[in-house]
Amino acid sequence: MAKLGPAGYSPYPVSVVEGVLTPPPGKALMFNEIVDEEVAMREAAKAMLTRENPTIFPGPQVLYAWNEEAKRKAKFVRKMAEVLGAKIIPMYDYRPKYPKIDPEKEINPNHPNLTIWHNKIKACIFIGVHCHYANVALKIIRAETDCFTIAMCSMAGHEDAMITLRDQHSEDLEKFIRIAEEVKRELGK
Amino acid sequence: MSVKIFKINEDLKEFMPQEIIDLEEKATWGNPKRGVMDLPYAKELIEEHSLCAGCPESVAFRYILASLPNPEDTVIVNSTGCSSLVFPHIALHTVHPLFGNQNSVASGIKRVLEWRFPDKVKDVVVIAGDGATIDIGLDCTLQSFFRQEKITTICFDNEVYANTGGQDSGATPRGMEFKMAPGGKQWDKVPMWQLAIDSGCHYVARLSVSSPKKVEQVVKKAIYVAREVGPTYIHLYTPCILEIGLNADQGLWEMRQRDKERFKFFEYMTDEAKEVIERKKKEGLL
Ligand SMILES: Cc1ncc(C[n+]2csc(CCOP(=O)(O)OP(=O)(O)O)c2C)c(N)n1
Ligand code: SF4
Ligand SMILES: [Mg+2]
Repeated sequence: MAKLGPAGYSPYPVSVVEGVLTPPPGKALMFNEIVDEEVAMREAAKAMLTRENPTIFPGPQVLYAWNEEAKRKAKFVRKMAEVLGAKIIPMYDYRPKYPKIDPEKEINPNHPNLTIWHNKIKACIFIGVHCHYANVALKIIRAETDCFTIAMCSMAGHEDAMITLRDQHSEDLEKFIRIAEEVKRELGK
Repeated sequence: MSVKIFKINEDLKEFMPQEIIDLEEKATWGNPKRGVMDLPYAKELIEEHSLCAGCPESVAFRYILASLPNPEDTVIVNSTGCSSLVFPHIALHTVHPLFGNQNSVASGIKRVLEWRFPDKVKDVVVIAGDGATIDIGLDCTLQSFFRQEKITTICFDNEVYANTGGQDSGATPRGMEFKMAPGGKQWDKVPMWQLAIDSGCHYVARLSVSSPKKVEQVVKKAIYVAREVGPTYIHLYTPCILEIGLNADQGLWEMRQRDKERFKFFEYMTDEAKEVIERKKKEGLL
C-alpha cells in the first residue's frame, strides 16, 4: 500500500492497485481479507453501531416496488435502520445533479462525498445500488472521506467497500438484523 | 422497463424527495393519450433545464417529452451540443454516445431491444443538434435511413454550432454570420428534410416549435410510423437566441417569423405511413 487514505485504508481502486478481488460465493471481504459471512456481518454491525452518524444509502433496486423481493427488502432496510440507529438517505437515481444536490436528503453517485462530508457520516451501508454506480461511488468515498463503507450486494460484491457482503437477499438481511441485535446487546446499547 | 419501476416502496417513501414522489403520483405513465395538454397539471419528465434563459430548445424538450406515447418504454439517444446538457434532468433512459454517431447507437439499441423484448413495444428516439445530425453525423444519420432502422430522429436545428460558440453548420442559411464565422456562410442550407425523404424515411416533418399541439402531433405520428414501418425524421427549428442576438423573450417571435418562410410547416408520408396514421387516428391516439 503506497499511502493510506482518510479512512485508514488504501485510497486507490483496490482491484487495480492492490489486486484485491470480490469474495468467492458464501464468503465476505473485510478490507483485503476473505472471511466468513458472519464475521463480516458482526464487524459491519459494530462499525455502524459505534461510529458517528451511521447511514444507510438505499438504491433504486430497493427503493422502488418493481418486484416482491424489492418490497421485502425495503421492509428490512427500514428495520435495519431502526436496529442500527442509522439514518436513511436515498440514492434514488443516478442522474448527475449539478449544482444543487441537497446533501441532507440525497446522495448522488457522481459526488457522494458531498453527502458524507455534510452529514459527517463515519459509517455507511450501500444496498440496492446498481453495481457500476456503487463501484464509482465507493471509490470516490474511500479516496475523499474517512467514512467506513459497507456494501450489501445482491450480486458479487464490491471490493472497494471496506466490508463487502455478496449474494444478499431478503433472508440474508434478516440474518444481518439478528446479528446486529446481538452485537448491540453485547455493546450494551 | 416496467411502469412499476416508478412505484416507490411504501416503507421507504418518507425518505424520498418530493420531485420523485411527484414522478410516481403526478406524471403520466402508461397512457398513450398523454400530450401537451397535460403540461399544466402533470409532473413533467424534465425536472429543469440548463440552457440559456428562453432558449427554444427547452420548450421543444417539454413538448416532446409530454407527447411521447410510451415514455416508460422509450430510450432517447442524444448527441453532444446544447441539448445534451439537458439529458441529466430527464427522468427517462437516455444515452449520450459520441458526437455524431447517435443514429448508429440508436439502431443498435433498437435492434437489441426488439430481440430482448419481442413482446413489448420499445421506442427509440434520437434528439440531436443540426451539427450532429447534418454535418458531423450525416453519414450515421443517412445510413440508418438506408438500413430502414425503426427509429425516430429529431433534429434541433438552430442553424449553428451553438455549444461551441457559433460556427456555421450545414443548416446555416447562405450569408448568415456568426461570432466565429464572420465571413458569412458561403453555401446554401442543407435541405435535410428532403435528404431524409430521398434516403427512405417514411414520415418526415419540418416545423418550428412555436405550436405545442403541432409538435405533439408530429412526434406521435413519427413514433407510431417508426414502430411499424421504418425510419422517421422530424426537423425542428429551435433558434439559438444567443447566437442571433435576441432576448430571452423573443424566441417565439423569431419562430413565428420563420414559420412563414424557411420553416413553413411541411409534412411527407409514404403510403405505409399513411395507413398507420389513419389507423391511429381511428383508435383515438392522434
Ligand atoms: C467528436 C466531437 N467533435 C467535436 C466536438 C465539439 N462539439 C461539442 S458541441 C459541438 C456543436 C454541436 O452543434 P449542434 O449539433 O448543432 O448542437 P447545438 O449546440 O447547436 O445545439 C461540437 C462541434 C465534440 N464534442 N465531439
Ligand atoms: S447557446 Fe443557443 S442553443 Fe444553446 S442554450 Fe443558449 S440559446 Fe439555446
Ligand atoms: Mg446547432
